[in-house]
Amino acid sequence: MLTLEWESEGLQTVGIVVIICASLKLLHLLGLIDFSEDNVEDELEMATVRHRPEALELLEAQSKFTKKELQILYRGFKNECPSGVVNEDTFKEIYSQFFPQGDSTTYAHFLFNAFDTDHNGAVSFEDFIKGLSILLRGTVQELNWAFNLYDINDGYITKEEMLDIMKAIYDMMGKCTYPVLKEDAPRQHVETFFQKMDKNKDGVVTIDEFIESCQKDENIMRSMQLFENVI
Amino acid sequence: MAAGVATWLPFARAAAVGWLPLAQQRLPPAPGVKASRGDEVLVVNVSGRRFETWKNTLDRYPDTLLGSSEKEFFYDADSGEYFFDRDPDMFRHVLNFYRTGRLHCPRQECIQAFDEELAFYGLVPELVGDCCLEEYRDRKKENAERLAEDEEAEQAGDGPSLPAGSSLRQQLWRAFENPHTSTAALVFYYVTGFFIAVSVIANVVETIPCHGPARRPPREQPCGERFPLAFFCMDTACVLIFTGEYLLRLFAAPSRCRFLRSVMSLIDVVAILPYYIGLLVPKNEDVSGAFVTLRVFRVFRIFKFSRHSQGLRILGYTLKSCASELGFLLFSLTMAIIIFATVMFYAEKGTNKTNFTSIPAAFWYTIVTMTTLGYGDMVPSTIAGKIFGSICSLSGVLVIALPVPVIVSNFSRIYHQNQRADKRRAQQKVRLARIRLAKSGTTNAFLQYKQNGGLEDSSSGGEQALCVRNRSAFEQQHHHLLHCLEKTTCHEFTDELTFSEALGAVSLGGRTSRSTSVSSQPVGPGSLLSSCCPRRAKRRAIRLANSTASVSHGSMQELDTLAGLQRSPAPQSRSSLNAKPHDSLDLNCDSRDFVAAIISIPTPPANTPDESQPSSPGGGGSGASSTLRNSSLGTPCLLPKTVKISSL
Repeated sequence: MLTLEWESEGLQTVGIVVIICASLKLLHLLGLIDFSEDNVEDELEMATVRHRPEALELLEAQSKFTKKELQILYRGFKNECPSGVVNEDTFKEIYSQFFPQGDSTTYAHFLFNAFDTDHNGAVSFEDFIKGLSILLRGTVQELNWAFNLYDINDGYITKEEMLDIMKAIYDMMGKCTYPVLKEDAPRQHVETFFQKMDKNKDGVVTIDEFIESCQKDENIMRSMQLFENVI
Repeated sequence: MAAGVATWLPFARAAAVGWLPLAQQRLPPAPGVKASRGDEVLVVNVSGRRFETWKNTLDRYPDTLLGSSEKEFFYDADSGEYFFDRDPDMFRHVLNFYRTGRLHCPRQECIQAFDEELAFYGLVPELVGDCCLEEYRDRKKENAERLAEDEEAEQAGDGPSLPAGSSLRQQLWRAFENPHTSTAALVFYYVTGFFIAVSVIANVVETIPCHGPARRPPREQPCGERFPLAFFCMDTACVLIFTGEYLLRLFAAPSRCRFLRSVMSLIDVVAILPYYIGLLVPKNEDVSGAFVTLRVFRVFRIFKFSRHSQGLRILGYTLKSCASELGFLLFSLTMAIIIFATVMFYAEKGTNKTNFTSIPAAFWYTIVTMTTLGYGDMVPSTIAGKIFGSICSLSGVLVIALPVPVIVSNFSRIYHQNQRADKRRAQQKVRLARIRLAKSGTTNAFLQYKQNGGLEDSSSGGEQALCVRNRSAFEQQHHHLLHCLEKTTCHEFTDELTFSEALGAVSLGGRTSRSTSVSSQPVGPGSLLSSCCPRRAKRRAIRLANSTASVSHGSMQELDTLAGLQRSPAPQSRSSLNAKPHDSLDLNCDSRDFVAAIISIPTPPANTPDESQPSSPGGGGSGASSTLRNSSLGTPCLLPKTVKISSL
């Protein structure tokens, strides 16, 4: 009698175990549970985005670079990014190599969004050339570009947006600065900026105010010319 | 269109002649034939080796680099060829793809290099031909696994460098993932391990028969029933600890959904649930069967050890990667068992008092025989039964032996990988140190450059140090970039030494903090040459003094007393330098006679302090004596802005 009792209980146990295993397998098949801690086994080969730029003549017409300059730029670009596009992580990596002391990821994020004019998450060679063409060969365009960099969403620069950017810039300095970086240094910098730029004191800087103030400031105008020769 | 079809176009067009008589309308005119129908030979120069091919060959695949207009970016008008600065050996395979339509994978090259070449030329890896595809995939998988381990090791190595501003949650998670980061984490790790062991041992000991006090009828009780309270307390304690650990992990996990779905958390839940269910479920006869099951599940606590043991994880990973082979084994065994059990049952059916009472009963015999166990509790007695029995055991050996080598080879590969990973972890530390060194090297190069007076306009000072002039173009631009950043934020890059001292100085005097604010200076976007840093000269002098770093703190005191400098006491000197940026540091000019590493930056009397460009002749690194001499020549009088700082 006892053995029979235990036997039926044992069979019940086996039955429950089998049912649980089957349900786990079902859930795994449905993708609700993930059994793999590391996804190395995934045969998922990421569809690599391959992008070819427009023809050389077309780019030459659209930008202010000569053919030779475009060729040099493209060779370097292609060497670094064979797939033809730079995605945000690569961009951040590039920047971290230039500014090893600090954390340049936030600023790189803003820059990436400024370069990526069509907002598809990748900077192609055309975007790159477009950005460079603006930055290197035109003055009012540069100010426009800088305004776009600061303005994240709505066409005005608010104090919060400026604060984010300022913090990102100060992050790039890193820890070891002289004098020691204070907590509110970015905020004070933003205050100064707004004092200078915000003519009608409405708390936001529009693009006209921005361009006007920059054109009046001699220092800014003088430093614009520094970036003429990048190639 | 497929590659070679273009060449058959003339034949296809000839077919149109057959339609001519049948057409009811006029056929459209033929497209204008391009002037040059002749094919031209293109020269592709890959790192000096010239490859020549027809233009048509390259045009076969228009969505690759060579087949599209993208190659014009690499066209060298002077020599009339396309120059690529890539590996010529690999290019051979790429070009062969255009010629034959099949991409072959080189056997002796690194698969990563091959992949990079493919990416450069715009070829997708799927184009690898069938003859080479298997090997390509295998090698790629191997590489990917190795790289994944590298990343894992790197993350483990990066553990200590978590940013200081991380929340409690992040710190907790890091402590859970890498127990070696802090002693508290290590203690917790060992405590949980201990309790897992205790729980498992308690489960085992619970069932051992204890010799109870003699009673009628004397029967042996398992220990669990003899000391129910003790075991219950132990179980409670273990479950409490496990529950606490699980909740803490849940709180600290960066992505709770993913954590909930992971295997380890499932094991945790399964380990503690039976206890709670046992508490809730009342002890009655109906559900006692389920209760047995629950007690079985308690043994799954042993799987919690896999967090603690690398070997267990390897085993689990092996089994997972051999899942298909195991499945095949199981399936074929099941088939064979059913077949042989049926045969044996019908063969032994006629015998009296036979053990083979049903086909499921014969399953047991079949399994025991196929795995060559041979318990002997069921043996066939008829001749037919014995014949089939022997066939069964022979086939059992074969069926089991087939998938086993695959599983074994998988296991040995993974095991060896792990051994390599351990060795690589040691190398990783060296590698990380080297990366950090390179990073600091960049910064130091910049600091050195500044120290050598590279920041002044090249027009003012004719003598710049050689090291300043001989920088590469890239370095020049990079340093210019860093300098621009400094100007924007009005803070300068320094090295660790200066920073820690400045930090100490800040803590010394509260006044210093005010001075470091830049609120009083006009700052705008892109303002580089603004007068935002009037203290530049003095600050650089201070930094110069520090970066020589050859004189200890003690000598500073010495120099003070010797020179009788009138200023605030030595430990405060740095803070005073910070606190009074515009005040004069009336260091006694008479102290210039001291050769012992006194560096002075004399400011030319004519310039205003804002524009002061200290000409540091020969760079700060050169002997102090020359600067001393200069100072004595340059500024005989004590100018308010003359700054002489003895190096620390």
